[in-house]
Amino acid sequence: MSVTQSARRVSAYEVVHASREFRTLRRRFSEFAVPAVVAFLCWYFLYVCCAAFAPGLMETQVSGDVNVGLCFGVGQFASTFLVTIAHLRWGRRRFDAQSTRLRVRLEQGRRR
Amino acid sequence: MRGILASGVGDPAVNITIFAFFVIVTLIIVVMVSGSNRSTNDYYAGGRNFTGWQNGIAIGGDYLSAASFLGIGGLIALYGYDGFLYSIGFLVGWLLVLLLMAAPLRNTGRYTTADVLDLRLRDTRVRGASAISTMTISLFYLLAQMAGAGALVSLLLGVSGAVGQLVVVAVVGIAMLCYVLVGGMKGTTWVQIIKASILAAGTVIITLWVMTKTGFNFSGLLAHAVGASPDGKAVLGPGLLYGGGASAHFNFVSLALALVLGTAGLPHLIMRLYTVPDAAEARRSVVWTVWLVGIFYLCTLVLGFGAMWLVGDKAILGAPGKSDSAVPLLAYKLGGTLLMGGVAAVAFATILAVVAGLTITASASFAHDVYAGVMRRGNADPRDEVRVARIAALVIGLVAVIGGFLARNIDVAFLVALAFAIAASANLPTVVYSLFWRRFTSRGALWSIYGGLVSSVGLIIISPVVSGSTNPASPSLITDPHVNFAFFPLSNPGIVSIPLAFILGWLGSVTDTVPADNARFARIQVRALTGVGAERSTRG
Repeated sequence: MSVTQSARRVSAYEVVHASREFRTLRRRFSEFAVPAVVAFLCWYFLYVCCAAFAPGLMETQVSGDVNVGLCFGVGQFASTFLVTIAHLRWGRRRFDAQSTRLRVRLEQGRRR
Repeated sequence: MRGILASGVGDPAVNITIFAFFVIVTLIIVVMVSGSNRSTNDYYAGGRNFTGWQNGIAIGGDYLSAASFLGIGGLIALYGYDGFLYSIGFLVGWLLVLLLMAAPLRNTGRYTTADVLDLRLRDTRVRGASAISTMTISLFYLLAQMAGAGALVSLLLGVSGAVGQLVVVAVVGIAMLCYVLVGGMKGTTWVQIIKASILAAGTVIITLWVMTKTGFNFSGLLAHAVGASPDGKAVLGPGLLYGGGASAHFNFVSLALALVLGTAGLPHLIMRLYTVPDAAEARRSVVWTVWLVGIFYLCTLVLGFGAMWLVGDKAILGAPGKSDSAVPLLAYKLGGTLLMGGVAAVAFATILAVVAGLTITASASFAHDVYAGVMRRGNADPRDEVRVARIAALVIGLVAVIGGFLARNIDVAFLVALAFAIAASANLPTVVYSLFWRRFTSRGALWSIYGGLVSSVGLIIISPVVSGSTNPASPSLITDPHVNFAFFPLSNPGIVSIPLAFILGWLGSVTDTVPADNARFARIQVRALTGVGAERSTRG
């Protein structure tokens, strides 16, 4: 591949990158990923810090021999499962179709 | 190799027979499913034809090592709640892979992490650095698994002499090389799928068995466990394993950080994302993995407390392998010789499969990044590349056998946690910056990779896990208390090395004399989110 060819192809990516359609796609990617990552990391480190620095709280009984720490821990599992379900839904409703449409258009444009 | 187990339970002949059966069946399947494996696409990525659920289960097979199966169950059996903390970090870390990495990495890479960095930076120095960190992480993980195999041998096969252990580790190495050399990625993936399925089945069966003993009353199980443990109610709260002074608390936070960020940087998991046809399928595989891994870890909670109750502290600590023996002993208690044989075989199959996955990753990194990318400047013949990968796999297998034999007395969990810390420091920051940060440059990448690698390994060397520890609960490599160069108080470097690697990546980029390339940033982002130009599967 010659230098001019690669330069032309790269600049085509820049045009797409600045297009409104791609910016919408990127916004849709971040609107799920960023809050979800921030939320699960905060929730996880809240749990870690409670386990490290507030063992008394974790040992508070809830029901029978089940205590706050155990519920909190199983809650981490539950939240992880919930985020994966929500993420699949987000992919189906907000992202995949848009992303495929843009890809198909780019590939057709390149072939021409 | 027959002998009486030190713990006096189980029959080594049964254990060996079931394990040999697994090896033979999987080898037949590997020969049947794998084609010629002559192209790089076949050898490294299994032709990219696996479906989401197949790959998701295979990723679970790669992830759930013996450290998970025997290690976490055993930690819960001895320390209760604190063992559970490990499994939460191991699971939650998958969200980072799912939300930020799975689809973009599948869209922008070919076989290795270095491909993604190369698409962004086009710099052989960065490719070389990424290959070095990939191989270092894989090697630490590989040594951990092999060391685990050596320790398991004395527990489950009744082989305690050094020669006997070497023979068994060598057998594991040879079987693993057969998978990798004959099967390539396709064969290895099927081994992972089979192994993950029997591991999950075995775990669920023992879990249900324990639960029937308490009438499916979890609180009742906890009450029994509390009654049986010398620590009493303390096993239900945090602190038995990571309790103590302030340094112990920070040590725990550091470990938690490495666990949650390390998963997303483990090269043998990232490489699996390339075995499916497209990004949506890569995302689906990770979802399957999350469910498999999550349910598995919830079951280990029952296994651990079940072992605490039914086997008891004294029997576990008295057995060879200590906490690692908790789950096999529980199986013996419940189902006798046959169930223990099944668990022993599952444990070996687990090690075998994980080692195969790591070897294929390390050999791919050497052949694709070092040989083809750096030495041949990207102009290698694909057939030569696969040949180099096969030779690399042989060498890595040999190193793993010898290293695993020498490291057989080192704590498995420690080596795995170290691999996670290095992965989170040396691998994760550059991948995140490459995909999402406009001003990222080659200097930033080099500073981050080498800074993360050197700081994480260096801090481990000057930590209490290598020297000068006089605490019998956390043994160190050098047991002589007079040899003490433990200047860094924590046994996990994550809390320092991970932020450092992120900062170095930023600092290197903003001080770089060559400005960041906007066009390449545009290209990687468009490709990451749309999948244009992504590698296709070889058929269909």
